Amino acid sequence: MSSPTSTPGRKRGRNANPSTPSSEGPTSPPSQRRRGQDSSTGDLMPMPTSPPTDVLSPSAPQDSSLFSSPRRSVQPNEVDMSSPLMYGTPSSRIEGTPRSGVRGTPARQRPDLGSVRKAPQVDLQSEPSAADGGAASEANAGQRLVIWGTDVNVGICKEKFQRFLQRFIDPTSNEDENSGLDLNEPLYMQKLEEISVVGDPVLNVNCLHVQSFDAELYRQLISYPQEVIPTFDMAVNELFFERFPDSILEFQIQVRPYNALKTRNMRSLNPEDIDQLITISGMVIRTSQLIPEMQEAFFQCQVCAYSTRVEVDRGRIAEPAVCRNCNTTHGLTLVHNRSVFSDKQMIKVQESPEDMPAGQTPHTTVVYAHNDLVDKVQPGDRVNITGVYRAVPMRVNPRQSNVKAVYKTHIDAIHFRKTDEKRLHGVNEEAEQKLFTEDRVQTLKELAGKPDVYERLSSALAPSIYEHEDIKKGILLQLFGGTRKDFSQTGRGHFRADVNILLCGDPGTSKSQLLQYVYNLVPRGQYTSGKGSSAVGLTAYVMKDPETRQVVLQTGALVLSDNGICCIDEFDKMSDNTRSVLHEVMEQQTLSIAKAGIICQLNARTAVLAAANPVESQWNPKKTTIENIQLPHTLLSRFDLIFLMLDPQDEAYDRRLAHHLVSLYYQSEEQMEEEFLDMAVLRDYIAYARTYISPRLSEEASQTLIEAYVDMRKIGSGRGMVSAYPRQLESLIRLAEAHAKVRFSEKVENIDVEEAKRLHREALKQSATDPRTGFVDISILTTGMSLTARKRKEEVAQALKKMIQAKGKTPAMKYQQLLDDLRGQSETAITKELFDEALRALADEDYLTVTGKTVRLLA
Amino acid sequence: MPSTHDWIDSPLVVIEDMFAASQNSPNSGWEAKAVEFFKERLKEKDAHTWVPSLNDVPLHYLKPNSLVKFRCLIQDMFDPEFYMGVYETVDSSTKAKTLRCGKYKDVTECGVDFSSTNTVTAERQTFYCVPIPGENSWVKDSFAASSQARVIPSTSYVPSRQKRSYEEDEEMDDMDAQPQKQREPQSGPQSPSEHLGNNDSKRLETEAPSGSTVSSSHINLNFPLPGEKGPSCLVKVYENWDCFKLNDTLEVYGILSVSPALSALADEKEASSGVLDPTESMETAEEQRVHSPPASLVPRLHMLYAAPLQHNNPLLPVISSADDSAFLSSSLGEMASVRAELLSYFTHVLLGDALSAEYLILHLISTVYSRRDVLPLGKFTLNLSGCPTVSSYTERLYQIIQQLVPSSYYLGMSLQNMNHMQLVPKKDYVANRLVSGALQLAKNTSLFLDETKLEQGQLDTTGVRNVTALGNLISWQKVDYDFSYHQMEFPCNINVLIVSEARSLLPSDCQVHVHSQVVPSDMEEYLGSIHIHSQAFSQLNKLRIYLSVARLLDYSISEELTKAVEDDFVDMRKDDPQSISAEDLHRLLVVARLLSLSLGQTSLSRDMWLRAKDLEAQRTSRMEQHTCVNGNEP
Repeated sequence: MSSPTSTPGRKRGRNANPSTPSSEGPTSPPSQRRRGQDSSTGDLMPMPTSPPTDVLSPSAPQDSSLFSSPRRSVQPNEVDMSSPLMYGTPSSRIEGTPRSGVRGTPARQRPDLGSVRKAPQVDLQSEPSAADGGAASEANAGQRLVIWGTDVNVGICKEKFQRFLQRFIDPTSNEDENSGLDLNEPLYMQKLEEISVVGDPVLNVNCLHVQSFDAELYRQLISYPQEVIPTFDMAVNELFFERFPDSILEFQIQVRPYNALKTRNMRSLNPEDIDQLITISGMVIRTSQLIPEMQEAFFQCQVCAYSTRVEVDRGRIAEPAVCRNCNTTHGLTLVHNRSVFSDKQMIKVQESPEDMPAGQTPHTTVVYAHNDLVDKVQPGDRVNITGVYRAVPMRVNPRQSNVKAVYKTHIDAIHFRKTDEKRLHGVNEEAEQKLFTEDRVQTLKELAGKPDVYERLSSALAPSIYEHEDIKKGILLQLFGGTRKDFSQTGRGHFRADVNILLCGDPGTSKSQLLQYVYNLVPRGQYTSGKGSSAVGLTAYVMKDPETRQVVLQTGALVLSDNGICCIDEFDKMSDNTRSVLHEVMEQQTLSIAKAGIICQLNARTAVLAAANPVESQWNPKKTTIENIQLPHTLLSRFDLIFLMLDPQDEAYDRRLAHHLVSLYYQSEEQMEEEFLDMAVLRDYIAYARTYISPRLSEEASQTLIEAYVDMRKIGSGRGMVSAYPRQLESLIRLAEAHAKVRFSEKVENIDVEEAKRLHREALKQSATDPRTGFVDISILTTGMSLTARKRKEEVAQALKKMIQAKGKTPAMKYQQLLDDLRGQSETAITKELFDEALRALADEDYLTVTGKTVRLLA
Repeated sequence: MPSTHDWIDSPLVVIEDMFAASQNSPNSGWEAKAVEFFKERLKEKDAHTWVPSLNDVPLHYLKPNSLVKFRCLIQDMFDPEFYMGVYETVDSSTKAKTLRCGKYKDVTECGVDFSSTNTVTAERQTFYCVPIPGENSWVKDSFAASSQARVIPSTSYVPSRQKRSYEEDEEMDDMDAQPQKQREPQSGPQSPSEHLGNNDSKRLETEAPSGSTVSSSHINLNFPLPGEKGPSCLVKVYENWDCFKLNDTLEVYGILSVSPALSALADEKEASSGVLDPTESMETAEEQRVHSPPASLVPRLHMLYAAPLQHNNPLLPVISSADDSAFLSSSLGEMASVRAELLSYFTHVLLGDALSAEYLILHLISTVYSRRDVLPLGKFTLNLSGCPTVSSYTERLYQIIQQLVPSSYYLGMSLQNMNHMQLVPKKDYVANRLVSGALQLAKNTSLFLDETKLEQGQLDTTGVRNVTALGNLISWQKVDYDFSYHQMEFPCNINVLIVSEARSLLPSDCQVHVHSQVVPSDMEEYLGSIHIHSQAFSQLNKLRIYLSVARLLDYSISEELTKAVEDDFVDMRKDDPQSISAEDLHRLLVVARLLSLSLGQTSLSRDMWLRAKDLEAQRTSRMEQHTCVNGNEP
């Protein structure tokens, strides 16, 4: 309709016949519909939106028709209302009731959508329609009008979106943005209410919601964001000011869609995505300074002071050559401080490391942030960006005849969503981490259905490492983890759901290899060596950012492996100082930091997989675990499972080991593949289970657990020692839950508890066996001394006391002589350490004191 | 009628013909056909030797838009770019529209109609490629000698090109207010060759103005090793770019593009920066410089076809298909005799120590042939301890190895080197490129670590990181590239040889203490004589072929022997569990494998197994002996 008259000389490259634009359909390759670049630069239509300066003059006459009228405004400085994509204002006019809200609120430009909103509507019946006023005629005309180059009809689109806003309910929503909202009420109406209260004129819309509500609308949104989003804006503003006529906003509401499922990965962007709405995830690596970008240039004639405004079109301003008032040529000058600028920032985003194929370098993409999105993200942030993908041809230089045949691509950001920010809030952080295809889920479920899935998975774990079945099973359960429980209401805070494992044993028993494997398997794993890490390296340190000169907190390995596994090699070589930070992490799962004016508590919900070598380089079977690895028992008791990796010396084992190693060297790659589960499958399996399965204890299982715990306590009490503490019960629960996860079961059942018990017993048998008695004694781990050792100490102390008493009235004795005497008396060998301990025990009783080499009796 | 070599001289004509022909019949798949055409042509006998190589022909001798080849390593991968695959031009006088093909070209023809509906946007990927790092001069010379390409500097073209590049370089100088820091000059035997090399190429340049080579050093061409030379190249890949990996070695056949317009465009940008233009601010000046350097320095190569290189030994045919395995099997017979020769040579070099010589051979033919999850199989890092420290013995040793292997690098572990060299590649986000480090090496490169250069002092942060990187490289055959916000692991396959006085501070798979049988009164003279002793040319070539072939052979263990090995292991453990651990068995299996291969046997025999055990026994007994003597740590 209006296009031939209102845009004379405009070259429309994309279709020769403008009256049938929809015939090409939305599926035509975007490479052939370069709406953004096709028009020649000569003719520029004035701004469709009312610039903020104009608001001050409310008397400015405005065109009342929503759809462009055939007559063109005479006054050049008047806002041209011919665009259908006007924000709110015209449509509120249509309804005839003046609303202070809409009219008083300036619309803000959307540079993120580009300045291409000039596309006129096309009447499919190619008959000029005067769609003036009335909602009835709007519906009538709306049927036939679509925006040039698309199949979007503004009226229908608007109506649909309003319906969406008013009706959409998502009872299953678990996004943190929606916390505090009533899930059974229309979601977005509540958000609008929030806007009216808070006054932040931004409405974030989840594209998935749109999709589930109206697939057609979603398709249009994805394919023609440039046209559809302003329509949404218009719709939402109408709705808003209808609902809350009295609310005052700084600007009109802007709709920011996010979570468009078009593309998840930067690598898969291709020419088809140009000018479409996409969402990619990545990491911000660089942000530029703020760039003021001219949106509208203000020209004034030097002769008659007549002023005119010119909108910037793709970075260029078409300077008017002739003053329209006095017809002076080349008399117009640019007045900078009356021109309109918007903020702009260049952001470089790099692919996240998880998305990358092995052996390639990460891709980067340029993103432009506009207005209030500037400085929303910092380098290092993990973000999901929703925006419009653009390709701009290299500049045509008038002096040059040929050009570089390359396009520059970038994304105009519409919405940022930081992914790591959510991790700090700690609500269901893994919900959107990984999406599985239907097929994959099917394969995984099939696998889970197999009765021997547990054995299968454990043998798939580090196949190059031989045997150690139980250790692998333990690590497998660690990978799955227990169910996260929240008792913060009752005051106990979070329960640890992660399983901690310590491997200790002879050097060269492939402990490090196992750690390396786990580190490579899990997405958020960290690998450190006890020797090379310091306390700050594990926790966090404060440094001055060289660019911003701000003090920033750099997180260390433990925080980085939040929700992952932190592998610590050479655990025993760690300095005590460093080790002490682990206490908090391994039970409370948080890290408290107070340094350089920063006091905070960071989440460190990480499972710890540590490996330690015995002190004497070879494991001494005559000593207890504590004595062998010399770790504080406070730390040891925080490990759910402690495994010994010893070199078993028996022939059958040797033979199997040899066979395994030799086969490693001659089997071809394919054979190996066949034998074991693929690492990728294992990884997906674990990710799936961790994300979607959260088993709960069944009645039956909890009974079994209680029995198991009571039994464990009983075993000990029979011999006067305790072999289980509440911590062990918690471990059992975690392990049982993890085992249920392996089976993809939502319920913890008896078999899970049985396996947890078995594994726990196996680990205990290895690590908490008193070498002197051969009994399992948990007190080795909890107090650092076996009960028999304690008993022995008491015996010696009593014997010593008796001996001293027998000697009679000697208030002071020589230390060495006393030792010799005791040795002579006793039938068992008494070491110096034992003697010292006995003395200390007696000193505690206030019976004697030891000063240097003499022993004095008290009392 | 096109002559035989037209497809080399002007491949674009061929492509355009095919494109034009395809316009009448859609879905003809002309792109695949074009690639197939060149592949077919190259398959012809010796055809690939007719194609001039960027490695040995100076750039200005090559005709622009001709077919060239380039033997290179993928050093960095840039972002994919969108280009006009098909576009329409309008003749300004006749207004006639013509469809043109934008593939394999950087610059469009005149008068592009941007609003044409026929424009097709396509995607291509850019790799930054450098010549294979550490490639030894004998390899380069040999490749150059085998080339039959007719390189006639086209007289009409050369002067203008030279002029152009001269100007650009001048401009580059101006831009380069902060000249990139030159790398620490390397105090190895390689460094003297650096200048010599530049002169080499200049000798051929009859009319090149001296300015161009001098100023080129201002641009950091990002070679992994300091003191490297040669052209680097931006390779544009049109299909299957996913199958290429960083650090792959390739022989790229492609169309050379050195259009000065490319540089002109860049200059234009430089001049007008600051003007309101969104495309302008997208890249920083540094990024500009890196991603679109002047074409005279970094030519563009539009890939038609790339063959991954199994090896870069010019004396071997390119191993690509089954028919070449015939070559391998034919050489098997000779291997034992060549090996004996090599052994005696090494024995002589290693002061009469036959055992060390034996292990050195095994080391040189080792390669990571497979990986089991994180465990690399087949690596054999050798630590030759007890090397005489006198008078640059180790450097001589390196020179000898350099003569035998296709690519190698000498790294003196001096404090200076460890604290200042950048070993691990690092991403530079300002320029958006991967700044290379000395550990970015092609597979099967021999890395010679000279620990005798160690001195007292303190390693700083960089030094510790470098030593850790070397340790990781040896233990896991991987290098963690530094991406500043995270590390990324890249597997590698580098033969590391450590020479040291005592046990190395780095881990190694196998340590041999050199027992010098001869104690020459004058070490200088003795070493000198080794050098003179250097083999006759044909002899040397035999050794070179031997080392490369042994690495490429397949290997297997029969069921029967598997059983025997298992029995052996069990028996040994029975007698004394401490005598052999799983790790020892790992090593023994590798030694047996390498020993068999070194003798040209592709499967393990009982004999070889015993011999491997014997070798290991000799070595360990020597170690113990040495421990007792020195009282050093075991």
